[in-house]
Amino acid sequence: MRDILFQIRDIPLILPELMLAFFGMAILLTDFLLEKEQKSWNAVTAMMGVIFSGLSLWIMYPSARAGLRGFRGTIVTDQFFIFFGFIFLAATALVILLSARYLEIEGEQHGEYYALLLFATVGMMLLACGNDLIVLFIGLETMAISFYVLTGFLRRDRRSNEGALKYVLLGAFSSAILAYGFSILYGISGSTNLEDIETAVATRPATDLLVLLALATVAVGLFFKVAAVPFHQWAPDVYEGAPTPITAFVSVASKTASFALLLRLFLTVFHPIRVDWEMLVAAVAVLSMTVGNIAALTQNNVKRLLAYSSISHVGYILLGLVAGNELGLKAMAFYLLVYAFFNTGAFAIVIILRRKGLIGDELEDMNGLIERSPGAAILMLIFLLSLAGIPPTAGFIGKLLIFWALIETHHVVLAVLAVLYILPAVYYYFRIVAAMWVSKAPEGPRPRISLAQALALGISVAVTLAAGVYPEPFLRLAKYSILPFFRS
Amino acid sequence: MQFYDSHILSVVLFTPVAGALLMLLIPRDNAAAHRWMGNLFGFLGLIVSLPLLWRFDVHEAGFQFLETHEWIPSIGARYTLGIDGISFLMVMLTTVLGAISILSSWSAIRKREKEYYILFLLLQTGMLGVFMSLDFVLFYVFWEVMLVPMYFLIGVWGSERRLYAAIKFFLYTLAGSVVMLLAIVAIYFNAHTFDIRTILEAPHALFSVQLQKWLFWGFFFAFAIKVPMFPFHTWLPDAHTEAPTAGSVILAGVLLKMGTYGFMRFSLPMFPDATTAFRWIMILLSIIGIIYGALVCMMQKDMKKLIAYSSVSHMGFCTLGIFALTPLGLSGSVIQQVNHGISTGALFLIVGVLYERRHTRLISEFGGLSTPMPNFAAVYMIVTLSSLGMPLLNGFVGEFTILRGVFEVPVYGMRWAAWGVIGVVLGAAYLLWLYQRVMFGNVTNPLNEHLPDMNAREYATLLPLVALAFWIGLYPKPLFRVLDKPVEQLIKHYSPGYYQAPPLAPAPSASGESPQPERK
Repeated sequence: MRDILFQIRDIPLILPELMLAFFGMAILLTDFLLEKEQKSWNAVTAMMGVIFSGLSLWIMYPSARAGLRGFRGTIVTDQFFIFFGFIFLAATALVILLSARYLEIEGEQHGEYYALLLFATVGMMLLACGNDLIVLFIGLETMAISFYVLTGFLRRDRRSNEGALKYVLLGAFSSAILAYGFSILYGISGSTNLEDIETAVATRPATDLLVLLALATVAVGLFFKVAAVPFHQWAPDVYEGAPTPITAFVSVASKTASFALLLRLFLTVFHPIRVDWEMLVAAVAVLSMTVGNIAALTQNNVKRLLAYSSISHVGYILLGLVAGNELGLKAMAFYLLVYAFFNTGAFAIVIILRRKGLIGDELEDMNGLIERSPGAAILMLIFLLSLAGIPPTAGFIGKLLIFWALIETHHVVLAVLAVLYILPAVYYYFRIVAAMWVSKAPEGPRPRISLAQALALGISVAVTLAAGVYPEPFLRLAKYSILPFFRS
Repeated sequence: MQFYDSHILSVVLFTPVAGALLMLLIPRDNAAAHRWMGNLFGFLGLIVSLPLLWRFDVHEAGFQFLETHEWIPSIGARYTLGIDGISFLMVMLTTVLGAISILSSWSAIRKREKEYYILFLLLQTGMLGVFMSLDFVLFYVFWEVMLVPMYFLIGVWGSERRLYAAIKFFLYTLAGSVVMLLAIVAIYFNAHTFDIRTILEAPHALFSVQLQKWLFWGFFFAFAIKVPMFPFHTWLPDAHTEAPTAGSVILAGVLLKMGTYGFMRFSLPMFPDATTAFRWIMILLSIIGIIYGALVCMMQKDMKKLIAYSSVSHMGFCTLGIFALTPLGLSGSVIQQVNHGISTGALFLIVGVLYERRHTRLISEFGGLSTPMPNFAAVYMIVTLSSLGMPLLNGFVGEFTILRGVFEVPVYGMRWAAWGVIGVVLGAAYLLWLYQRVMFGNVTNPLNEHLPDMNAREYATLLPLVALAFWIGLYPKPLFRVLDKPVEQLIKHYSPGYYQAPPLAPAPSASGESPQPERK
C-alpha cells in the first residue's frame, strides 16, 4: 500500500483546487480564440471556476467534521480548510468582478491575468489544507509566483515593474528562509508530516537551540509573507505599483492565506514551544501596529496609506495569536473573514476612480467624491469606519474580540496599546473622509461604476454592515473554523 | 398600536433612522423635500416620545418600558432597552432639543441638505440609544456611533476652522471611549454579563476595591472628556464654536449630558468604594472647572466661544452635585443638566439668530441691538437670566439644589459650596456683561440699524425653551418626583438608611422662599 502514491478516492479531497486549475487552464486555451472586444468572457470563465470550486467545497462541508486525510496524510480537509477556502474564493470572486473594467481601461486584457488569479487561489487553498511541509511550500510558491507576475502586469507602468521586482526579490528571499526552517524541522523529526514534527518537537526541551532556530527562520519567512514589521518593506511599493484589483487581492487573500499557514504551523508544529514564541509574536504585533499606524499618517497616496494601514491590521490579527486561547483564535478567524470584505471594498472605491488619464489613487483624487458620486463616498465611509473599528461595522466587532481575548488572558498592557492605536488610525482614515466630504470637487467627468463593480461593492458593504450589526452567524463560522485545534 | 405599547422605546429610538432611510430615496436635488422630511421626522421623533410623559411611573424603582431580545449570543450581548427617571429626563431632553434644532436649521443650512438632515437624524438615534441601552455592548455601540454624524455636522457645515475642530472632537472623545471599552470587557470577566441591570441590582461587592479603582479610571476618561471636566475640556470651545447652530445646540444640550449620565449610571452605583476614594479629585476638578470656565468667559471676543466656555462652568456644577453624593446634590445635578440643555441650547439659538443676520459672532460687531430688535431683546434677556440662575427661572432651581446638596456634606461641604457660589457670581457677571455689550446702548455699527426682528420660525424654536424655563423655575416638583426613586437607588450605596432615618436636612418649611423638592 505504501508504494502507491495516491488512490482514486483521494481525488475528491482536492476537487476545489482541481476545479480552479481546470478553469484556469481553460482560460489559457480559449483566450486566443477571443477577439479584443470579447476578452471579458475570460472573467466569466474565471467566475465559473470560482463557482464550481465553491460548490465542491460545499459538498465537502458535511465530511469536514471528520477531518478527512488524503494523499498519504499530506492533505487534510477539516473545518479550518473549508472556512479559509470560502474566504479565498470570496476574495477571488470580488477581485474578478472588479477587474474587467479596470483591465479594459489599462488596455491589458490578457487571459493570463484571470488564469493567474485562479492559480494563485489554488496555492492559497493548498496552504489551508496542507498537512505536510512539501505541500505547504508548493502551495506558497504557487501563490507567490502568480502574484509576482500579477503585480507586474501593467508592463508599461514603471511603478508596476518596480513593485514586481521588489516583490520577487524579497519574496524569494523570504521563501528561502522559510525553506531553510522547513529543512531544520525535517532534520529534527525525519518527517515532513506536521503531526510527526509536532511529536518530535514536543520531546525536545523548549530551550533546544535547533528548535529555536527552526522557529526563528519559519517565523521570519511567515512574517515576510503577512507583511509584519520589521519584514514589511516590500508592502507599500507592491501595493502602490500593482494593478489596484491585485493590490486588493494581495492585501486580502494572500495575507489571509499566509495567516492560515501561520496558524496551522504555530498551532501544530510549534504548539509545544508556545512559551518561546509568545513574546516574539507580541513584539512583532506591537511593532506592526506602531510602524503601520505612524507611517500611514503622512501618506498622500491612498493605496500606500491602505498598505501601511494593512500592516497595522496584521498587528491586530497577530494579537489574537498572542492571546492564543479559543477566543483569540476565533477573533483572528472573524477578523480575517470580514477584513477580506471591507478592505477589498476600500480598494474597490480606488478602482472605480480609475479612468483614462487619471490613476485615481492620490488623496486629492478623492476630493469632493460626495458631489461626484455620493454612493461611492458613502460606501467608502462605511469601509473606512470598519477599517478604523468604529461601530456598527464588522471592524468594530473584530477589534472588540481581539481586545476581549487579550483581557481574558491578562495581556492588559497589550490591550491598552491596541486600543490607543485606534486613534492615529481614525486620524488618517478621516483624512480620506475629509477629502471626500469637505474638499472641493475637481472638474471632470463623474466616475462610472460598471455593473460588476457595483455587485462587488454591494456584497462588500452588505457583509461589512451585517457582520457589524448582527455578527452572530459570522461568529459561528469563526468558531467552526478553529474546531480542529480544540478537539483534544 | 399594540406593537407601539410593547416596543415604545424602540419606536422612539428608530423613528429618526426610519426618516433617514426614507430620505435616502429622495433625489439630492430636491432640497425642499429634504428640509420638510427632516423636520417632519424630527418632529415625529418628539411626538412618539410624548406618551412616555404620562406612561412613566414615578413610583417604580427599577427600569421601565423594558425590551430585551437576543442579539449576539456568542458574546453574551443582548438588545436591552429601558429607562429610569434619569434616563427618562435625558430622553425627553434629546427629543425636544432634537426637534427644535432641526427646525432651527431651516434657513441656516443651505447646502447639501440631504446629507445634513440624514446625519442629524442618525445623530438623534445615537444619542437616544446611549440613554436607553441597558447592555454594555449596545451602549458602547451607540456611544461611538454618535461621533460620526457629529464629525460631519461640524466638519462639513461648520465655519472656518471646521475640519480641525471636527477631528479634534472625534479624537478626544474617541480616546476616552476606547479606554472605556477595555473597562467594559474587564467588567464582563468579573460580572460574567454585559447586562447593566444585573450589575446594578447586584449587592454591594461585585468588584473588589482594587478592581473598582481601575475600572473607575477606565470609565472616568470617557465621561470626563464628554462632560467636559477641567483638564479635558479643550476640544469643547473649538467644536462648539465651529459647529453650525443646530450642532452647537445638540452638543451643549445633549452630548455633554452623556458624560454626566455615564457617571450616574455606571461610576456611582458600580464602583462606590472607588468613587468615595476619589471623590475629592472629582470635586476639585469640578470647582476648578466652574471658576476657570467662568473666568475664561470674561475674556472672550466671540459670542459662541463665550457660551462654549460657560458650558464648562455650568457642567462643573453638574459634576459637583454628582460627587457631593447627597440626594439633593444628585437630583439637583440632573435638573441642572436639563436646565443647561434648555438655557445653553437657547443661547446658541440666539447666537444663531444674530449670525444668520450678520454672519459674524464677534461681540464688538454688535451693540444696541435692542432698538431694532425689541422682541429679540426680551427673549434674550429671559434666556440670559435663566442661564445665570435668576429665581423663578429654571437655572436657579438647579444651582440652588446642588449647592444645598453640597452643603449637606459634613465638614467640607460648606467650603465646596462657597467656591461654587463664586461661579454663580461670575456667571451673572459674564452673561450680563455680554448682554450689555450686545444689546444696550446706541447702535454703533450702521449695519445693525435695520436688522429685522425674530421671524415666526425663530419664535417657534425659542419660545418652547422659554416656556420650559418658566415651568421648571416655577413648578419643578414633577422633575423632583421623577428623580426620587433613581436617586434613592444611587444613594443607598453611600448613605445606607438615608431614607429610613429622620431627614438630616431641615424640614421643608425652612425653604419657603425657594422652590424646594418634597421628599418622602
